[in-house]
Amino acid sequence: MITKRIIPCLDIRGGRIVKGVQFGNIKDAGNPAERAKLYEDQGADEIVILDISATDEERRACFSTISAVRAVLSIPLTVGGGVRTVDDARALLQEGADKVAVNTAAVRNPELISLLAEQFGSQCAILALDARSSGLMPSGYEVVVSSGKEPTGIDATTWARRAGELGIGEIVLTSFDRDGTGAGYDIPLLQAISTSVSVPVIASGGAGNVDDMVQAFEAGADAVLAASIFHYNRSTVTEVKAALAAHGLLMRP
Amino acid sequence: MAKTSVTIIATGVANIASMRGAFHRLGCETVLTQEPARVLEDSLVVLPGVGAFGAGMERLRVLGLEGAIRERVTSGRSLLAVCLGLQLLCRSSEESPGIDGLSILDGVVERFRTPERIPQLGWNEVTAPPEARYLRSGYAYFANSFCARSITGVDVIAPATYGHQFVAACERGGLLACQFHPELSGAWGASLLDRWIAGA
Repeated sequence: MITKRIIPCLDIRGGRIVKGVQFGNIKDAGNPAERAKLYEDQGADEIVILDISATDEERRACFSTISAVRAVLSIPLTVGGGVRTVDDARALLQEGADKVAVNTAAVRNPELISLLAEQFGSQCAILALDARSSGLMPSGYEVVVSSGKEPTGIDATTWARRAGELGIGEIVLTSFDRDGTGAGYDIPLLQAISTSVSVPVIASGGAGNVDDMVQAFEAGADAVLAASIFHYNRSTVTEVKAALAAHGLLMRP
Repeated sequence: MAKTSVTIIATGVANIASMRGAFHRLGCETVLTQEPARVLEDSLVVLPGVGAFGAGMERLRVLGLEGAIRERVTSGRSLLAVCLGLQLLCRSSEESPGIDGLSILDGVVERFRTPERIPQLGWNEVTAPPEARYLRSGYAYFANSFCARSITGVDVIAPATYGHQFVAACERGGLLACQFHPELSGAWGASLLDRWIAGA
């Protein structure tokens, strides 16, 4: 049987881990390679790195970060942030990413998804879908891009379905409203997306404790992403997995 | 003492870095090659692979590597095939109808027929029989939409279940073929690679 996954997420800027609230108010949270290896040793099932660099210099630092993480990491690594072309994706794969996440560029040019799926396979093409609640959308959720700054007028379920048709292999679904708040994942959002697509869905944004993760898995998530809960040593991955297993969820020992 | 050298067939698709990293952590050096002679004769050879079956076979054909891989396995030399690598060793795949595989393994590759989410992305339990030379039971990382439900004529089959049973890995002589990614399967995967290197 396949197990449910716990995925620590490292937001990287200028070669350091940073963490904010609702995509802003950024603080330093440690060395990426050290943290990634620590999380693997604690039982993390994968690592996600999101490059939130604002400048070219910061972005170059992120490239060396990815190869430093790869050198020590023996579990899967997904990298996203600023991927606009197939060549951008290939460069990340060559540095050591196993999967590449696309976000803003895919909303602007959905064909990017089919190009990535053709070139590297669906299992390698991940959609980072950021959504916020909106009374104007049929599903109640609107896709936002450019680190949440820009509303798109696109319904989140419509975009998830379309990305599935174009060959996306997995969706990292982040609630803009909950990001960094510790208030729990956005469960209705998760239900809306996980029932709209047949690919795996990773819940992201808002994890505060184990109960939040239990709710996310019950709402259809195949994996949960968390950052603050681990970076600030509120819980270890080991503790979280033991608690989830006690709730009857299948975890990799 | 010289480092153990592992030769990885450069099939042209990107994420070889994880494979190289896994062998480097085991103290090996890695060499990428597209030369049929090295694929045939080097002591440790890996056939990696991600992407589509048809494109993978086409690359092997263009590089002139089909014969070298076949001869290597027939002559009992060691080969590690990973993910698409295992599928390319089979007869054919539903992913690319009408295209012949290397037919080194007697099995056909088909799409998962299950209400589970596709692709299978994550850690699944592999059960190895006690007579296995390299394989042990444990959790391995999979990233696949296609699989071989059965393969005949091998020494060892290690199955896993995703909606239905499928071949997670098999062994025949020096051949170890894994549907999962040992290079991404943590300490369990590293110990498998270590046994493969030691046994070759």
